[in-house]
Amino acid sequence: MDPTAPVGAAGSDRSRRRLRSSLRQAAAGRLAVLPLLLFVAVAFGVPALAMAYGAFTTYAPGKPSSYTGGNLTTSLSGGYLTALLGSIKVSATAAGIATVAGLLLAQAVVTSRFEALRHAVLSASGVLANFGGVPLAFAFVATLGNNGVLTTRLHLTGAGWDLYSFWGLVLVYCYFLIPLMVLSVIPALDGLRRQWREAAQNNGANSVQYWRYVALPVLTPSLLGGFVLLFGSAFAAYATAAAMVGSSIPLITLQIAEALNGNVSADASNIALAMSLDMVVISVLVMALYLPLQRRSARWLV
Amino acid sequence: MASALEDPTVASGNGRARKRTDRSRPRLGRTAILLISGLYFVGPLAGSFMFTVDDPVKGFTLSAYSQIFSVSGLWPSLQLSLLLAVATIALVFLLLIPTVIAVRLGSPRLRSVVEFVCMLPLVVPSIALTAGINILLRWGSDNLASTPFWDTLLAVQNASFPVVLLLAYVVMALPLAFRTLDAGMRALDVRTLLEAAQNNGANRTRAIFFVVLPNLRGAMLNAGMLTLALVLGEFTVSSILGYTPFAVWIVNGNVAGDGTVTTAVSLVSMVLTWAVLLILSVTGGRRSAAAKPA
Repeated sequence: MDPTAPVGAAGSDRSRRRLRSSLRQAAAGRLAVLPLLLFVAVAFGVPALAMAYGAFTTYAPGKPSSYTGGNLTTSLSGGYLTALLGSIKVSATAAGIATVAGLLLAQAVVTSRFEALRHAVLSASGVLANFGGVPLAFAFVATLGNNGVLTTRLHLTGAGWDLYSFWGLVLVYCYFLIPLMVLSVIPALDGLRRQWREAAQNNGANSVQYWRYVALPVLTPSLLGGFVLLFGSAFAAYATAAAMVGSSIPLITLQIAEALNGNVSADASNIALAMSLDMVVISVLVMALYLPLQRRSARWLV
Repeated sequence: MASALEDPTVASGNGRARKRTDRSRPRLGRTAILLISGLYFVGPLAGSFMFTVDDPVKGFTLSAYSQIFSVSGLWPSLQLSLLLAVATIALVFLLLIPTVIAVRLGSPRLRSVVEFVCMLPLVVPSIALTAGINILLRWGSDNLASTPFWDTLLAVQNASFPVVLLLAYVVMALPLAFRTLDAGMRALDVRTLLEAAQNNGANRTRAIFFVVLPNLRGAMLNAGMLTLALVLGEFTVSSILGYTPFAVWIVNGNVAGDGTVTTAVSLVSMVLTWAVLLILSVTGGRRSAAAKPA
């Protein structure tokens, strides 16, 4: 049977039927996506728009709201600005350390011969990166806080240790950032071909040269992408710091929570919305960096 | 390259020496890295365990753990968290599974739209989302008092089942759940599965329920577990909106002075979550390893 032969009525009818059924399927596909889009529009879109609108208006019950740039100006000055910069500094430092440490740990796990180690590390990473938060803060307070087990036994306070400080926070953040890095870099490490290392060695490269000229350049987009992801996750973190320190360290998330909860001033909640908008702007910038990097790394590591 | 060609003996000698160092040095480095990471990651857990069993007066005691089930307020808060988790998982599946199937069968354009929508919550930190919800609720309570929407507003904030938290949790779970389910779906040859089922006389709905979904079980289990972990650990939205699920209860209890008990509870919850995910990863790994040679 020659498939090109039947150009008669039957053939065109069949192709028309196929076209119609594929059109129906496409319509059904779009219909299946509709509930999700509606849900996101209501549960995410409305609060997000309210947040953005509130950042540019004043609000008091019974009075008409008016447009103002004052909230944003306030959110970028004084103690609020210090908190924003503090968040950026802590997040960038912790993300930088965790990127390197996560790469080393992931490489150690990937090259290990023990399958069980890989499972244990991957599942533990899943828990620590996603569940973290409050239990994590408690574990660190109980161990390295003012009355913590290690602090009292090793007399760390006398040696200048303070968990509720910049470096204390960085140490705690690394506890969930390193697992996140391990999770996000392991696929890239798995994608490094053994042949590339062999080819480098056959050409006389030593281990350092292989990493310097072959592996790291291939991994760079994934590493930068990972760094950006870690930064975003540390930047948005609230539970850990809140459970640990209340608000003694200047962090933007703690400031927002305080402005929303406390009765600091009448328009505090509009300033909280303006600070939220600042956070979104920074997150968008960060994502705008992340997505192209991820696409680039996907080109090499199929 | 050129020198290696000129003098093969030197090159091979170097090669042998290099091989030896390659074999021993990375293993040493690897052991050191694993040891240091082990210390760093086990340390705080071991520290908090010691904190819970070491009473300054009585010495070693397990009373913090025996009190877990009698301490007041734990069960209601855990119940609220579990209820919210089940509802969140159900709603996430209801929204995402049809979407993931449609995306797999549909056009690439549909795929990028859905992916964009599901990744959007990553750009808005949960505290910013909370701020938005907070202002909406405040606006509602100031302006809706005399309208029929008032009852809806109250129902959404019902303390025994806060719908507003459910909505926020589903939004927060979307990015992770979509990626997990989508990855599971990509591993399937859905078109062939559907065609085979339809050739055997099943209609499309039946084929999706009895052929596609069972094949997606692994990914669904993973997405469900990750969502469960997210909801059980969630603190930001619930604490600011004034509800007391599990994580908020732990913090409140600790502030009120049950330090050792709540630390014990948080340690137990973390270890239990890890154990469940470990079991999943081992069984999941075995399944994929078994599937590979076929």
